[in-house]
Amino acid sequence: MVAPPPTRQPLLAVDDLVVSFDGPLGTYRALDGVSFHVDAGETLAILGESGSGKSVTVRTVMALLPRHSAHVERGTIRYAGEEISAKPVRRTRELSATEIAMVFQDSLTALNPVVRVGQQIAELFRVRQRLPRREAWRRAVAGLDRVGIPHAARRAHDYPHQFSGGMRQRVVIAMALALQPRLLIADEPTTALDVTVQAQIMDLLRDLREADGMAMILITHDLGVVADVADRVAVMYAGTVVESGPLRQVYDAPAHPYTRGLMNSIPAPDRPGTRLTPIEGMPPSPLHPPTGCPFHPRCPVARPNCRTDRPTLRIVAAGHQAACHYAQEVMTGVDSHGAA
Amino acid sequence: MTDPVTASVALGTPGPPVEADTTGDDGRPAAVPRRPRRRRLRLWIPLGVIAGYVVAGLIGPVLARYDPIATSVTDRLRPPGSRLADGSLALLGTDQVGRDLLPQIMQGARVSILVGAATLLLAGVVGAAIGILCGYLGGVVDAVLMRLADIQLAFPSILLAVFVAAVLGSSVTNVVLTLSITTWPIFARVARAQTLATKSRDFANAARTLGAGSWHIVRHCVLPAVASPLMVIATVQLGFVIVAEASLSFLSLGIPPGTPSWGTTIANGRDYLASAWWIATIPGLVLALFVVCVGVLGDELRDRSDPNLSTR
Repeated sequence: MVAPPPTRQPLLAVDDLVVSFDGPLGTYRALDGVSFHVDAGETLAILGESGSGKSVTVRTVMALLPRHSAHVERGTIRYAGEEISAKPVRRTRELSATEIAMVFQDSLTALNPVVRVGQQIAELFRVRQRLPRREAWRRAVAGLDRVGIPHAARRAHDYPHQFSGGMRQRVVIAMALALQPRLLIADEPTTALDVTVQAQIMDLLRDLREADGMAMILITHDLGVVADVADRVAVMYAGTVVESGPLRQVYDAPAHPYTRGLMNSIPAPDRPGTRLTPIEGMPPSPLHPPTGCPFHPRCPVARPNCRTDRPTLRIVAAGHQAACHYAQEVMTGVDSHGAA
Repeated sequence: MTDPVTASVALGTPGPPVEADTTGDDGRPAAVPRRPRRRRLRLWIPLGVIAGYVVAGLIGPVLARYDPIATSVTDRLRPPGSRLADGSLALLGTDQVGRDLLPQIMQGARVSILVGAATLLLAGVVGAAIGILCGYLGGVVDAVLMRLADIQLAFPSILLAVFVAAVLGSSVTNVVLTLSITTWPIFARVARAQTLATKSRDFANAARTLGAGSWHIVRHCVLPAVASPLMVIATVQLGFVIVAEASLSFLSLGIPPGTPSWGTTIANGRDYLASAWWIATIPGLVLALFVVCVGVLGDELRDRSDPNLSTR
């Protein structure tokens, strides 16, 4: 089975990325062969639990890894065909803001506490576009207005701590979108917010994405948050992508036992009274990764060869890939642990 | 675009009178409520006292000339408020060779404040630069420079100052250099710690993801975070530096004799503490008041420059 040749070049393509860190207990691999791509204008959700390597992945893309303790062992990152991972960090910085921008999880720490928010955004126009002070400020206010901050002209004079969490996250989004990037990376943008505000921020991100036609990578551990927004999902487990594909397909017919476990562990309103099925066990320690498939110690369908052979991403349907030896069985649900 | 809901809330609330309402709609920062009286006094009293010192140091020696070699044996060790042989009033008394203390202290203010300020500026700038460099770059640069600082901190600073002063010779410039050499590690260590804490904070990373280079990060993210603790340290160090200058001068390694500083006057009076307490005590009090005022002023300025404290 061969995938149809891509009609266009992906905007961002990450291939076989391996990143390790020097920790107090030795060197461990945070990423162990991560591959995914984002096309222009599409939204990719990267799903995974804490420690699965979601944040390390995007921090590697943005060249934000700590210089002395992190090592990119192999793999490539291509932006619009250009291999930015092979170039100095300066190249990534040049692409930053105008091509790729990022929204951080905690808006309080992502803004400089001692600089007025309008100034923080205006700085961007002044440094990157060499705009005069007044014009930069005017655009900063317009940016704040665009993300729905009431009385933007006045609020631009405030410091980050004077905003509520949701408003502050809007400021962060305004800053990231100031120079109209073609790709926005949002690293758990709603995790630090309460549920009603979460919905507002997700709506805002979706509206802005549609208005600007940019691509978006949305990192989250919340399956529900992305359901309305994402086109495709990539599921990460233990530093690797275990499944990726169109959102509906992955949600309705997961091809990896881990993804299916995730789906079974969220309450479904159409099936009241049914018991939720948790995934047994804990994620493996990156210091002592299991042999073979990283999921086999917790996998309900594991067989002897899962202990020894590491599965790679294989195409299971059009645009749908999974790293499981028994993906077809999982998809059709023939084993005894089926979703029903 | 104005959110209709919030707009109606802002306009429709019958609530508080205009003075208390900080949500003005004129597109300008809301009026900050007037600071409590105590806070305003914390700024203006020390500022006034320090200004008084500066004025005294600048014009005092012009009004009441101090002549280091004009001694008067009949007027020696007179208590404060005495009439001298030439009919003038010695408001703060005289020293052991009959020199009036008031002009001596005003002349001393020049040297002491100059040495203190110049030393802190030099040591502060150099120390902060080295500290930020070490903290930001890490690695070999950090290890080498910080071990140097450690060695210096482990060594008694007055001993080092004596050694450096003996090599350089005695002049006002050399005293500033000497004291800067002994003081910079304190600034460097604090600047380095602050830099380490700030450089990988999310807002620095956020600036990087928007294309900021190292210089931009240092200038806009690290420097503001380093500035306020350094300011506090500087106010504390001021007292130490002025006293250290006195110690050097006492050992004839500091300011050349003939140019009195507070320190030298205090040192002169040490032998007469039992019989003529005012010689050492009055410049000591003058020094203490100055250091306290600088400390309070520094504290208040720091609080005001911190938006988290000033707007809450």
